[in-house]
Amino acid sequence: MPDTAAVVRSDFRRLIVERREEVLKAWVKEQLKEGRAESLPAAELRVQCEEFLTLIADPADSDSILDAGAEAWAPARAFLADLSRTRARQGFSPSETASFVFALKRPLFAMLRAEFADDAAQLGDEIWHATELLDQLGLLTMEEYQRGREEVIHRQQQEMLELSTPVVTLWDGVLALPMIGTLDSARTQIVMETLLQRIVETGAAIAIIDITGVPTVDTMTAQHLLKTVTATRLMGAECIISGIRPQIAQTIVHLGVDLGDVTTKATLADAFRVALSRTGRMVSSVTTNDD
Amino acid sequence: MNPAVFVAKESFFPLGSDADVLAARRGVREWARDIGLTTLDSTKVVTATSELARNAVVHGGGGVMCLQVVRQADRQGLRASFRDHGPGIPEIELAMKDGYTTGGGMGIGLPGARRLVNDFHVSSTPGVGTCITIVRWRA
Amino acid sequence: MAVERIPILRMGKCLLVTIQVDMYDQLAITLQNDLSRAIAAQETNCVLLDISALEIVDSFIGRMLANTAAIGRILGAETVVVGMQPAVAITLVELGLSLRGIHTALDVERGMALVERAAAARA
Repeated sequence: MPDTAAVVRSDFRRLIVERREEVLKAWVKEQLKEGRAESLPAAELRVQCEEFLTLIADPADSDSILDAGAEAWAPARAFLADLSRTRARQGFSPSETASFVFALKRPLFAMLRAEFADDAAQLGDEIWHATELLDQLGLLTMEEYQRGREEVIHRQQQEMLELSTPVVTLWDGVLALPMIGTLDSARTQIVMETLLQRIVETGAAIAIIDITGVPTVDTMTAQHLLKTVTATRLMGAECIISGIRPQIAQTIVHLGVDLGDVTTKATLADAFRVALSRTGRMVSSVTTNDD
Repeated sequence: MNPAVFVAKESFFPLGSDADVLAARRGVREWARDIGLTTLDSTKVVTATSELARNAVVHGGGGVMCLQVVRQADRQGLRASFRDHGPGIPEIELAMKDGYTTGGGMGIGLPGARRLVNDFHVSSTPGVGTCITIVRWRA
Repeated sequence: MAVERIPILRMGKCLLVTIQVDMYDQLAITLQNDLSRAIAAQETNCVLLDISALEIVDSFIGRMLANTAAIGRILGAETVVVGMQPAVAITLVELGLSLRGIHTALDVERGMALVERAAAARA
């Protein structure tokens, strides 16, 4: 282990500067060998490699030069974070993305071996230094990739939550809320907020919550549904629950869930008929005067 | 380990009477608006404040509310602590069960208030007093 | 604090109470007393409690609303709570209050229609 108090030499970086073109070519070739990078425009890959080599060479030698978390490496880290996100968007996997950094090792080590052929100790040190630094940067690339994916997933979840609770106006004063997917407490909050807001906006007296698209109804789901129904009632409107499949009805009874006096119907059509009659309307056939 | 919580702003509200409960509610509502809580989240935390402030006045013999704007990592929130030197809550677990009450009401106070906030902490010593702390984070 | 009272107005056959200030305990109790007396005195069978301006309804106020309705019913009047805000409704539900048994309506107009139907049904 080198003396950490003293400035650490990183001759491998000197080599990168001196034989830049050589390293660049070999490194690009190494990445193309692994396949995925082929999908990138050649110019783009080369520009990225050039930039990274510059960033590797930039920081001055210091006692913390092998610590990728040090302040001196901030620009390099930022560059790799950016690259990760771009590669993620382009459909690269985490390891394919990290290979941007790891692929540099082979050509670099080949050069080091040639440079320090007569000095085994120095060769050992430099290979170790290069490995330490590049490994950290490679892992960092993977972490940034992860973080980027998580942000995307989170945003998609939000969008899905919003998209999956559309409130439809079936008729004057009758709203319908087709629920698709599981109903957890986060979703229930959004459903309640959206539905109640629409009731205020439209002055609707009845809201039909259709649960055809809800796969299972357990005690928690039933509670969430009841919360929505209660909140609607407190405001002065009414809920009808429709789309109850026979198995769901059985589950509800077996679980001992008390639906109170909520009106429930098997189909949306039935619920709609009830809603119309409760708001003083009915559907009748038009008799035409043929003859 | 949870990241540290920093206090960005702090103020104390006495809790001795009806008027104090109102003032506490108003204070929380104002600060909720300041940090940009949604209407619903603001309503929830102000309602929880009303419950807990009233408890302190009616059952705790009076006390004080400490209101703070807090920051943790990259989120911001409102934290309110309700302290009284009343008889204390002898069996907190029981008190946190829906339906339990000694006051003749519907016993909704504590568990109900807890459902309205993100973080909820009770500590109480019979004969010494009670301290309830709630936090509502900005989504 | 000076004694504040919430005004009770007459609207057709109904008593209309519009709550526009922050509700506190004493005010709620005073309202309950005033309303019971007004129902008895004016021989009305309909009470409209307009809470569309009320931003906070906690468990005490919620219970007061329910009690007021119950007292009214004993005195022969149907009470309708009108215009509850969405945030208030959701918060009350989270608190665990369903206020079962009290009538609710989206606005005063619908409230009056509802009360007429309810009174007709009881007649």
